[in-house]
Amino acid sequence: MFESKSGILYIAGIGFFALAFVSNALVPWLMYKDIPEKTVAELINPNLRYQFEDLARRYPDSFNATYGTPPGGDAEHDAWWNEKCADALRTGHKIYVGEGCWHCHSQFVRPVSNEEERWGPVSRSVEYQNELQRPVLFGTRRVGPDLCREGGRRSNDWHAVHFFKPESLSQASPMPEYPWFFDGSPDKPNAKGLAIMTYIQWLGSWQESYPYYEAYVPSPVQKPEEVAVAE
Amino acid sequence: MTANAITSDTKSHEELVDEKIIKFYFITALIFLTTSMLAGILVALQLIRHNPFAGIELFSPGRWRMVHTNAVAYGFLANGFLGCLHWAIPRLTLQPVANRKLSWFIYAAWQVVVGATAIGILFGEAQALEWGETPVWIDPLAQVGLLLVAINFMTPIARMKGPMYVSLWYFLAAFVWTFLTYAMGNFVPEYFVSGTSAGAVGGLFIHDLVGLFVTPLGWGLMYYFVPILLKRPIWSHGLSLVGFWGLAFFYPLQGIHHFLYTPIPMFLQYGAIVSTIAVELVVTTVIINFFGSIWGNSGVVRTNLPIRWFYTGMIYYFLTCLQCAFQVTLTFQKVIHFTDWVVGHAHMVMFGVFSMWIMGMMTYLFPRLLGRNWASRSLCEWHYWLSTLGLFVMAADLILLGLFQGWSWAALEPWDASVEFSFPFWVLRVIAGLAMFGGLLAFLTNIWLTFRPVPVTAPVKTGGLLPT
Repeated sequence: MFESKSGILYIAGIGFFALAFVSNALVPWLMYKDIPEKTVAELINPNLRYQFEDLARRYPDSFNATYGTPPGGDAEHDAWWNEKCADALRTGHKIYVGEGCWHCHSQFVRPVSNEEERWGPVSRSVEYQNELQRPVLFGTRRVGPDLCREGGRRSNDWHAVHFFKPESLSQASPMPEYPWFFDGSPDKPNAKGLAIMTYIQWLGSWQESYPYYEAYVPSPVQKPEEVAVAE
Repeated sequence: MTANAITSDTKSHEELVDEKIIKFYFITALIFLTTSMLAGILVALQLIRHNPFAGIELFSPGRWRMVHTNAVAYGFLANGFLGCLHWAIPRLTLQPVANRKLSWFIYAAWQVVVGATAIGILFGEAQALEWGETPVWIDPLAQVGLLLVAINFMTPIARMKGPMYVSLWYFLAAFVWTFLTYAMGNFVPEYFVSGTSAGAVGGLFIHDLVGLFVTPLGWGLMYYFVPILLKRPIWSHGLSLVGFWGLAFFYPLQGIHHFLYTPIPMFLQYGAIVSTIAVELVVTTVIINFFGSIWGNSGVVRTNLPIRWFYTGMIYYFLTCLQCAFQVTLTFQKVIHFTDWVVGHAHMVMFGVFSMWIMGMMTYLFPRLLGRNWASRSLCEWHYWLSTLGLFVMAADLILLGLFQGWSWAALEPWDASVEFSFPFWVLRVIAGLAMFGGLLAFLTNIWLTFRPVPVTAPVKTGGLLPT
């Protein structure tokens, strides 16, 4: 059995592999199957909306060129912002993955090594049960800081300048520069720039202890008909 | 080794082995290794803020970091191993592969897979799975390729009569494992599960890729080449059995140890830790077996280059596994997780062990494939010493740095402080990396000098005349 073709094929090859899959993958899968997986649309929260609308206010030309202008009417207006915000999150996630951000920035806080002091609340399973964690972005290396509590910590302007040239804000930073997120200067983020900033501002925005939670004002951007009246 | 089994109907070496495809696999493997090392150097230069291509999208270090690892795993190790298997399996089973045309189809298809992976990654299409960044639209093709590899190589094993030698246990299992591992890692966390469970599957994938694809092929080839080169049998058949079955049982159970202290349930984390420590004991038996095989004849490492590569790799393997038995504990994890310790560990495994073994096998096989002796013995020596010492410096440097980073973070020092003191270590890593790359250049030069058309004065072919 230990040296026969069938023994090796069925016991070692398939049997032991299956045993490991059942015990190490199927068990957590079954344990968490009752936590519903959120879609991107369900991930949008007031904190994130605030940041997304802030992008529109700070970079109106870039924003309008990418997402157009919001329609009138309260319900349509709100739905429009949510829809564009979801688009930005999806694109931002794709950029975060494609640029390999996750190889230098982890997305989980451990209950040891004073990580709670540095980053914020320890990570919980429910936080990862969503479409943007397919595959999960725990990460295995921190060349730069952990990002799962990054949203709201810094302003969109800070992120724009930092993505354009990290050294200008953080002198020793080994982070690469990403000028292709911009049309020539940090005040002109393009579709990619807006999306990646939205994604970064989303990280941790679902937390109770979110930094700028209190400062949220719903939809500070003027609606088109208000602009028309004002003129 | 197979001398007793040779009968009148035994096929000749030419009928068994397609030497041309081995040459193609080896040259392709070396092209990918060169690409990978250049990518590594680029990323290392980024860390010390001297990236010559800063701000150019196609040279984005984040993307090249993924090219670096994928080119090593799928471009260098996979191609190198496939080349070696085309030599070892037909000679061990005395049966040719299922179909030579299929071999060439697999060769071409595999290069399409690796090439498309590199291009996909460079254009920002990566999949968020460590070691599996292959864009999702290539995964099905790679899966078919792995199936064909299994069919092509398992056929001669199936046709073979008589008892199977140790190497074939490893190969047989590896073909099944690689196929299953790739399917599990690339499809399950992308389409079926998310979040914490995806993390568990991702951990299994990272781990099984090393443990169930690279490791069994590597050890299988060691069990084949070492006794041939030493001209004596493996020391203990019993230990070979312990080594194989221990690896087969314990290795797949450890995936979650890559994500300790995540929200994955603690009892699963403990299970992964215990089986990791268990496999280190198994590894020790394999190491004892191989050192028992060379015992009393160890002077051969001075003269026999392939044996020197193999045993250096085994020493690195033992060090890696010893390190692993400690780093897998929760006590060590608190400090070293997320740090450069892990990067040092990864280089010691992928370069120090498996790349060294492939280099040893190439050093042994190239003269036989080309029908000529190595043009320069001293270039062979340079290749060996630059690789071995370069890797030693790199691994020691990064492992030490990892401890400093971990302690600095736990002490809540400002983040920038940990970046600043990392700087000199990262500079040393560039130097070590350049040394390793220099070793590769010596090897490539040597191959060119050996390969280039010159009047052959003393043709030799697969005989015992070569300084093995």
